[in-house]
This record gives sequence, structure tokens and C-alpha cells, in this order.
Amino acid sequence: MGWMAKLYSLGAREVKPVVTRRLAARWVLGLLLCCGIVAGAAVAQTPAASQADRIAALERVAAQNATAIANAQSAGDNAWMLTSAALVLLMSGPGLALFYGGLVRRKNILGTMMQTFAMMAVITVLWALVAYSLAFGSGNAFIGGLHNVFLHGVGLTPDPAYAPTIPLQTYMIYQLMFAIITPALITGAFAERMKFSAMLVFMVLWAIIVYTPMAHMVWGVGGLLNATAVGAGGLAGRFPCLDFAGGTVVHVTSGVSALVTALYLGKRLGFPQKAFMPHSVVLSFIGACLLWVGWFGFNAGSALGASGLATSAFVATHFGAAAGAIGWAAAEWFRNGKPSVLGGISGAVAGLVAITPASGFVRPIDALGIGLAAGVFCFFMVVKVKNLFGYDDSLDAFGVHGAGGTLGAILTGFFANSVVNPIFGAGKATGFFEGNHRQVINQLIGVAIAWTISIIGTLIILFVVDKLIGLRVSEDAEREGLDLSQHGEEGYDWEGG
Amino acid sequence: MQKIEAVIQPSKLDAVKDALVEAGISGITIFEARGHGRQKGHTEFYRGREYAVDLLPKVKLELVVTDEMKDKAIEAIINVARTGRIGDGKIFVSRIDEAIRIRNDERGEIAL
Repeated sequence: MGWMAKLYSLGAREVKPVVTRRLAARWVLGLLLCCGIVAGAAVAQTPAASQADRIAALERVAAQNATAIANAQSAGDNAWMLTSAALVLLMSGPGLALFYGGLVRRKNILGTMMQTFAMMAVITVLWALVAYSLAFGSGNAFIGGLHNVFLHGVGLTPDPAYAPTIPLQTYMIYQLMFAIITPALITGAFAERMKFSAMLVFMVLWAIIVYTPMAHMVWGVGGLLNATAVGAGGLAGRFPCLDFAGGTVVHVTSGVSALVTALYLGKRLGFPQKAFMPHSVVLSFIGACLLWVGWFGFNAGSALGASGLATSAFVATHFGAAAGAIGWAAAEWFRNGKPSVLGGISGAVAGLVAITPASGFVRPIDALGIGLAAGVFCFFMVVKVKNLFGYDDSLDAFGVHGAGGTLGAILTGFFANSVVNPIFGAGKATGFFEGNHRQVINQLIGVAIAWTISIIGTLIILFVVDKLIGLRVSEDAEREGLDLSQHGEEGYDWEGG
Repeated sequence: MQKIEAVIQPSKLDAVKDALVEAGISGITIFEARGHGRQKGHTEFYRGREYAVDLLPKVKLELVVTDEMKDKAIEAIINVARTGRIGDGKIFVSRIDEAIRIRNDERGEIAL
């Protein structure tokens, strides 16, 4: 090492004095002389290397460099994607669990948190057994096949069809985190009144019947709505619907299914005459802020690498959340005279929902507009429309995710920009305002399919589970609260100490 | 002996406690309570839905004093707990038959 270090420092000294031309020239001359002497000596001692040998040596070096570069990129991308996967899990637990938990009454806090937590465990197992294969295995335009059941063939080698620079297992675990939070979002609609056992069966069936086909259509190989690599002739589907991180796959499906579930189950006992005030907006606040942070993994991670596109999605995500918070809080301030904390955090979530399909396609300034629109629109849906129809979407899973997701998916068709993401080929118009008018139609088709599959699928599942084990807890159990009746525990122990 | 029960605004607790100590009263028990008199609560908004909150957080304090200390204690409480607005609270006074110190079985005023 010693002599190498010396050579290094010598080299460094030789490079430095390029201060004046004359000085540099003198050094170069000296160097050339030295080289000549050394080369001469080498020629004298060994037979001249043939041209073919030298080319082979160069090719070896080039190949080594290419591998090193690929490894370096893979290392960077994989680091970001594993981080993103962890961030998306953070959105479910504790993020969503706290957000929803604070909004219910005190006697239901554990029951509500457990519904989300159960998804972290149950959907994971389901994903490994069959759901990943149905969503991302090769199949037809509507659903994946069974080639990857038990994660068969899902190893550490990247799958270029999905993400060429990260292990396929990274992609698999990242997508799993989406499959966990999506059904967990629905729990907000049937809060405080569903049997835990019925909820488990419902969710397993829902993940298979509603989530996997939708995920396959939008993101899977050969999916009907897949828009990735349309230009390169990759996965392109019949109706390329732009959905960067799950506006249709996650938020429309969960939100619309939530509405169906709320209508099917009926209202909570005493709704709306009795008070159903949140028991701790403090918990909801912590949960919403964790959701905001986790959402960076959700959206920026959907770039599937540590790329500039990830930065773009990251920025759009943050801007959407900020504008959403302002939109909701301002509408509330205007209407009720006071901007509430719950309004602010609900608006941030609404902004995040709406920017989800658009992030990775839109410019930062458009993200602000989309977030603001979502904040005001979702406020209107929750405050006006819900009360108008009188359904008990307890924690506004539809009002925020269904409505915000639908709005975001449609607005994506308007604002998508090829400068941000030339998904249809360099310089080719992407969104409506760029001249690709047809994109709005494709977005509407995507939204319509998501609504349809959610309504029909959820109705069938609810009917079956209701007949098999019954969906609602007994009236006594509902009065007692889910914590005691379903889990035999209490969230808050006042006698301790 | 007299028992004084006072329902006051939670924010006045510290001031009332200090005033009672200054008046020479040593024993006090307090409860966190909810309730309303003529004040009838207020409204809160959660996601656009209006809720009437009629049980408001209050502090109830209980003290037992000798007959001659009664007026002094009541005066101390009124002086600091009064804001002049609705919701300042109420004081109830009742006669006490017996007081017993558990530690040494002392009875009567000496046990206070």
C-alpha cells in the first residue's frame, strides 16, 4: 500500500500545476519523456502485445465497469425501495391505525386499531400464498396467473418487465405494503360495528376478488389499463390509464367499497342523533402526520428507483398534502367560522389521496392545484353530501379516499406532462393540456372499471359473509364497544397504579 | 362542623387552593368532574357535524371545616373563583355529624 500511496500523491502533484500554460507544457514534455523511456524498456524486454490481446483486455475492463455501474445503480435503487416499502408499512401501522383510532369513541380504540393491524399480518400471508401471483404474475388482461403461488420464481434477480434494477423480491414486498393498506382504509367505513371474524373473512376475499384484478389491470404484465412503457411496447394495455401510485388501484377501490359496506351494514346504533365525537383528535393528528411521511414511500417509491422521477413524485406528494390541508381548513373556516385541527389533517390526507395517481406525472405547481381542489372537494363530500344522503361512512373512507381518488385519477389525465415523465415516448403529449385529449377518456375508463369491480365485488362478498357468519356485532356488543366485546381488552386503564 | 362542596372552573383550581391555604384551611379533596348548571355547554364541530357538548369539565372540591371557619372559607373561594360570567360554579354547604382520623381514632374538630 505504501508505494501505491506514494504513486498516488506523485500523480496528484503532477496534475496540479496546470496553472499556466508554459508550466503545464514543461510538465507534459517531461512526462512524455519518462513514458518514452519506460515504454522503450518494456519493448526491449517483452514481445509486443498483439492488437487482439489489447482489445480483449479493454473489453474485459469495459465489462467490469459495466457490471460495477449496474451494481452501483442497483444498490442505490434497492436502498430507496426497501426504505419506501418500510415507509408504506408505517402508513398502516401506526399511521392509519392512529388516524382512525382517534376518530372513534373510547370504547372502540383497540378494535379499530386491530382491524388495520390484522391486515399487516393476514394480507402478508395471503400475498405469499396466492395474492402476489394473482396481481403480478403473468396472466391475461384482467388478472395474473398462478405461476408465482407460494412466491415460486420470485427471487433476487430483477424482473425487467417491472423494475430492472431491483431484486424482484423487493418489488414483491413493496407491492405487498400497498395490498395491506388498501383494505385497511375500508375499515373506516364500518368502524365501531363489525365483527372481527367477519372482517377477517371479508378482507381476505376482498383482497383476492377486488384488489388483485385491479392491481393487475393497472400495473401487471399485459394488464388492460397498464400505461407503463407504451412507447417501448412494454406492458402497454388496451386503455393506458395513468396511475402512478394507486389512485384507482388503492383509493377508488377502497373508498367505493367503503361506501358499499357502510350502506350494506347500516348505521351505528343511535346515529345520527347521538354524539359520535372523536375521542382523541390528538391520536388522529399523530396518525395523519405519520401518513404524510409514509406517503413519500408510497408515491416517490412508485418510481421504482432512486431516480429524478422519484424526486418529482416526492415533491408533488408534499405539495399536494400542503395544499389539501389549506383547502379543507379554509373551506371550514369560511363555513363554520373556525379552522379545526381535524379539518387540517383530513385535508392533508385528501390532498395526498388525490396526488397519488398524479405524482410522477405532474409539475409541482399543478400538484398544488390538485391538492387544493381535493381539500375543498372532499370537505364538500364529507360535510354536505354525506349529510344529504345520511349514510354512516363513519370515518369518511369514501368521502376522502373514494372521492379524492376519483378526482385525482381524472385530474391526472388533464395535468400529466411529458416533461415530467415521457411515459408515452419522448416529446409525445401525455395529458389533456399537452394535447393528448384522449387520455381523459382512458382515465375515466380506469375509474369506471375501479368503481364497477368495487361495487359488484364488495356486494357479493358482503352477502356471502353475512350469510355465513353475520357481519355486525350484536346490539349489546356494540353498546359495550369492540374493545371488550371482540378482544376482551380496554384501551385505557384508569385503575392502573 | 360544616362541609363545603364547591364546583368551580378547572382553570381556577390553583388560585382557590392558594386562597384556602392562606385562610388557614389545611385539608381539601378535589375531583375532576363534568356537569352543567344554567350554562348548558357549547357546540363543537367535527368534520362539519355539529355536536352539543353539555357536560363540561369542572373541578369539584370538598372540605370540612369548623363552624367558625365556614364563612372565611366560602369567602376565599368566591373571591378568586368569580369571573362574573356564566359557568363560574356553585357552593353547597351542609352540616357534618362526625369526623374521625383513621390514624389515631381522634374524633370531632380535632380530627379535621
